[in-house]
Order: sequence, then C-alpha cells, then structure tokens
Amino acid sequence: AKTQSSLIGRIDTLLRGSGKVDADLLEELEEILVTADFGVKTTQDLVQALQKRLSRNSQAAPAELREALKEEIRQRLRLESEPLSLEQASPFVMMVVGVNGVGKTTTIGKLARQFVGQGKKVLLGAGDTFRAAAAEQLSIWGERAGVEVIRHAEGADPAAVAFDAAKAAVARKADVLILDTAGRLHTKVNLMEELKKVHRVLAREIPGAPHETLLVLDATTGQNALVQARLFKEAVKISGIALTKLDGTAKGGVVVAIGGELGLPVRFVGIGEGVEDLRPFDPDMFVEALFQTN
Amino acid sequence: MFDNLTEKFDSVFKKLRGQGRLTEDNIQEALREVRLVLLEADVNFKVVKDFVAAVRERAVGQDVLKSLTPAQQVIKIVREELGRLMGEGTDNSLDLAARPPVPIMLCGLQGAGKTTTCGKLALSLRKQKRNPLLVPADIYRPAAIDQLKTVGRQLGIEVYDTQPGQDPVAICEAARRYAELNGFDTLILDTAGRLHIDEALMGELGRIKASLAPREILLVADAMTGQDAVNVAESFDAQLQLTGVVLTKLDGDARGGAALSIRAVTGKPIKLVGLGEKMDALEVFHPDRMAQRILGMGDVLSLIEKA
Ligand SMILES: Nc1nc2c(ncn2[C@@H]2O[C@H](COP(=O)(O)OP(=O)(O)OP(=O)(O)O)[C@@H](O)[C@H]2O)c(=O)[nH]1
Ligand SMILES: Nc1nc2c(ncn2[C@@H]2O[C@H](COP(=O)(O)OP(=O)(O)OP(=O)(O)O)[C@@H](O)[C@H]2O)c(=O)[nH]1
Ligand SMILES: [Mg+2]
Ligand SMILES: [Mg+2]
Repeated sequence: AKTQSSLIGRIDTLLRGSGKVDADLLEELEEILVTADFGVKTTQDLVQALQKRLSRNSQAAPAELREALKEEIRQRLRLESEPLSLEQASPFVMMVVGVNGVGKTTTIGKLARQFVGQGKKVLLGAGDTFRAAAAEQLSIWGERAGVEVIRHAEGADPAAVAFDAAKAAVARKADVLILDTAGRLHTKVNLMEELKKVHRVLAREIPGAPHETLLVLDATTGQNALVQARLFKEAVKISGIALTKLDGTAKGGVVVAIGGELGLPVRFVGIGEGVEDLRPFDPDMFVEALFQTN
Repeated sequence: MFDNLTEKFDSVFKKLRGQGRLTEDNIQEALREVRLVLLEADVNFKVVKDFVAAVRERAVGQDVLKSLTPAQQVIKIVREELGRLMGEGTDNSLDLAARPPVPIMLCGLQGAGKTTTCGKLALSLRKQKRNPLLVPADIYRPAAIDQLKTVGRQLGIEVYDTQPGQDPVAICEAARRYAELNGFDTLILDTAGRLHIDEALMGELGRIKASLAPREILLVADAMTGQDAVNVAESFDAQLQLTGVVLTKLDGDARGGAALSIRAVTGKPIKLVGLGEKMDALEVFHPDRMAQRILGMGDVLSLIEKA
C-alpha cells in the first residue's frame, strides 16, 4: 500500500516547511483537492479563498489554516434548504432517480428500513420495469425491511406502476411511499421524458407529490456528477441527494461543487451494502473524512 | 467549457506566429490549457502531470511544420501521445486461445456494469460462432442470479443453474464441469461487485482465479469514474493481474478520463466499451476515438489530419 499521509498532515508539513505561500504549496493544495474530485473550478475557488485569508494574516499557523480550509468547504455544504420531514404529508411520497448502477434500489431498501424503525407504514413502488430482475431485487429489499412492494410485470409502463403505487399508498393509509425508477443517463431525452411523466402521475394522484425527489449519486463518479445533478434537477425538480459508496476510497468531493452551483443538499450517505449502511449526511463528518487517509 | 482547445491554443500562440521552433517558454501556456482539459475530463492528477511532462519533452525544440501553426503542432503532439498512451496500434482483442471451456472472469466495483456486460459478451461471442455458458457467481447482491438468468433468457443463452446458498468458487468449478460435459466452449463468470479494499471479497476472486485460471480477467469500469479510478484499477490489477478492461456507460456525456488513468497505471489494454443498456451495445475499443473524447476536440482532428 501507498503511504500517503493524511491530507491535514500534508497541509501541516507543507505550511511548516515553507512558511509562505509559494507555487509549490499551492500546487500541493490543488492536488489534494482535485484528487478528492472537487473539480478544477471549486479547487481554484478554495485555494483562492485560502490565499485571501493568508494575505490578511501572513503569520497564520498551520492549524488556523487547516481550520480555515475546512470551514471554507463546510460553508459550501451548509445550504439553506428545507429539511426532510416525513410529517409534512401523508402519504409522504419520495421518488428516487439517478443514472445506472449508482445505488437507487439499495438506498430505497435502507430508507424503508429506517422509516419502519421510526414507526412509519412504508410502501415501495417498483418503478424500474426495464432492468433485468429489478423488481425482484426491490422485492428482496422489501422483505428485509418488512414492507410491501407494488410491482408490475417486466416491460410494463413505469407511469402505470407509479399510478398503482400512489393509489395503494392512499388506500392502505401508508405514511410513506418510495418509488424506485430505472437507472438512466441524463443525456437520454426519451428516458428523461419518461421520468417527467412518472413525476406528473404522482403529482396528479397525491397533492404535492413527490414531496421529495432524491437524486442518488455514486461517490466514485467524477465531474460528470455535476451535469447529472443539473439535468435531473431540470427534469424533475430534485430536492435532495443521497451519496452512495462512501465506504470505498473515493471522497465524493464533487458534491461540494453541486452544493455551490445548484444548492442541492446531501441528505444521506451510503456506506455499505447492508440494510443499516445509510447515514444522515453530516457536513462536519464529511469534511473530516475528506481529509483522512484511506 | 474547455472544449475549444484550438481557440485557446491559437490565442496562446498568436504572438509566436512566424517563429520556427517551439521553446520551453512558448509551450508552457499551451500545456497549462492541456492540463486543465485533462483534469476536467477526470484524468487522474498524477497521470496528467506525467502526461504533460512527456508532451513538453517531445515538443520542445521541434520545428514548426510549414503546414501547421505552433498551436496545431502542439495539439498534434498531445494527440499522438494520448493515442499512444491509450494503446493505439496495439492488439486489443480478447484472447480465447486455450483449451475449452475457456473461462473469462469479469470483476469490478459495485454497479459498474458487470452482469450487463456478461450478457453482451455472451451475445457477441455467439455471433462469432462460440458457445458460451453464463455463470452467476454473485451470491450477495439481491436477485443477482435472477438478473443474469433473465438476461440469458432474453438472449437464448444458457445460464448455469445455481442458488445463492453456494460458494462462488464452488459454483464456478461446477459450471466448468457442466460446460465440459455439455459442449460449451466459453465460460463467462459474473462476479459480485466489490470494493478493491475489501480483503475478504478480493480474496474470493483470487480463489476463483487460482481454481479456474481464466484466460481473460477483465476489470469492468464505469466511464464516469473520477480520480479514484487509479486506486481501483491498481488494486484489482495488483491482486488479480488483469488481462484487460471494459469501459461501460460511454453512451453518456462523460469525457471518460478514467480510461487514460486506468491505462496509465495498469498498462493493461481497454478491450471493449459499453455503449448502452441493450445487449448489442458492446463495441471494440478505439484508442483514437477515446483520445478525442477526452480532449473534447473532434473538430480539431479533421483539421490536423488534413495538415
Ligand atoms: N459499497 C457500497 N455498495 C453499494 C452502496 N449502495 C449500493 N451499493 C451497491 O451498488 C450496486 C448497485 O446498486 P443498486 O441499488 O442496484 O443501484 P441502482 O441505482 O438501483 O441500479 P440500476 O437500477 O441498475 O440503475 C449493488 O451491488 C449495491 O449493493 C454503498 O453505499 N456502498
Ligand atoms: N447506459 C448504460 N448503462 C449500462 C451500461 N452497462 C451497464 N449499464 C447499466 O448499469 C446498471 C448496472 O449494471 P449491472 O450490470 O447490474 O452492474 P454490475 O456491475 O453487475 O452491478 P453489481 O453486480 O451490483 O456490482 C444497470 O442499470 C445497467 O443497465 C452501458 O454501457 N451504458
Ligand atoms: Mg435499481
Ligand atoms: Mg452484477
């Protein structure tokens, strides 16, 4: 394994070694941030913000600068958005979207389990009628969470599943309905239209629905996540993000750019394949983890 | 954003018109642009650094050809270096020259596209008159075996029949015996997605490898992967000695810098690319197209080709 010291450790060494901001120091900082998938633009913004602080206080101790960098990042993640409150509607309808293979279905299974744990009656809708055995997969998650799954045959119209699931949620007095959707690339116009249609069906059947449209992003994704977020938001008014696969070595730094550009809050993080491996997003923990060695 | 590399280069080099040779100084600025383009395309930071250094070395001191501006000259070098790094001119085809049944193992991170690619590969091999057996060795993901069986049913290609209770190594071994008895000449092993840092599951792949000696061990990687692609590829290669890579989801708009990163750290060829969810969306890899895509400069090329 590579012996790569922690980010903070590296910044400390850098700052102690040079005592002033020279090109090398800035390049090192840049490397650290780019390598965490912050992207060039956000990285440059952050480095500039640090430079500004330094120019005000050229004697800044490494520890102060470390905190300054963390604070700059946290600021970009702390968004003024409505928290997710299941109490705002009944049934509370959540629609889960994203590109292929990011972890939508798995995240729904984990969410179902959490909501059940909070004493909610939860219903799942198997809106992915395209991918092989997608409904079977969701059904197994339904069993794990102990909740019912509304499903149609493979190849059925996803809007029809959404319709039936909404009807069932009302009839059974469910507190929460979570609708799975097929993975789709944000660039596929017809598939994005299909998603809009599903969104419209939910809105028509239940007032205010979907109350949350959750975009699932894979932490290993690079700068493309920014375009994904932009285009899914345009199509179906994303209200929050679930960032999955943070148990790997990827840092998911692109969500900082997404927060800055689109104001979308990260609500949940996925940290494994088990039913318990979902956590509420905590900006402080996220920032600490960014700076930890793998 | 940085798509218009030529324009940028042109402005960088405007002041140099008429100069005969590229110097360290006058390519510096152009290389800064190249660096940004590559980073924006998600090429790994260190890989970019090495690449830019290689281009600088080649460019400095070169005569500017009569037919090219300095900008075009540097772009030409960038493109050539990139093409070379991506494996232009090397043989990227699958090697199935072994005693049948020839095992092909697909592995990679969760959700990369392994199961889908297994189906695509089976279809493509059947078109080449081979007789593949799909082997579901993922006992972890809910409905993974069902997924492969559904794919097989859609294609009319047999999937070795097994249950999630079995050990993946045992499944592969039993499937090989079944293939030997029933005249299948190729085994396509669909393994569970796993993290490169998961020692237990990486060990499992090691055991499958030891038992079946797959002729091809392919890393299936998502074209949208960011900076982490190097860590993933390096680990999988170190633990399994990959024979190649399949790059999936190239039908989107990701620039696919991961291709360059993976190729640079493993040296292993990208053999196939996935261009959609349908079973026929698998193609052979074209290094030159990938180079263009990463640079975001399809239009520029025709210009250079004419030169
Ligand atoms: N390590 C890890 N794996 C995860 C996490 N979330 C999901 N996965 C895995 O990622 C793979 C894909 O997950 P799915 O839930 O099927 O993804 P999806 O977005 O529904 O995929 P499609 O419906 O095909 O687009 C599975 O192998 C999951 O077990 C996570 O937080 N960590
Ligand atoms: N657009 C597009 N989608 C793809 C491609 N290859 C696979 N997919 C989709 O990506 C998602 C995940 O594919 P899978 O084949 O289930 O991935 P996997 O690697 O087997 O996943 P795990 O077994 O959970 O690790 C599915 O929705 C596939 O349809 C591709 O080339 N293009
Ligand atoms: Mg799914
Ligand atoms: Mg699979």
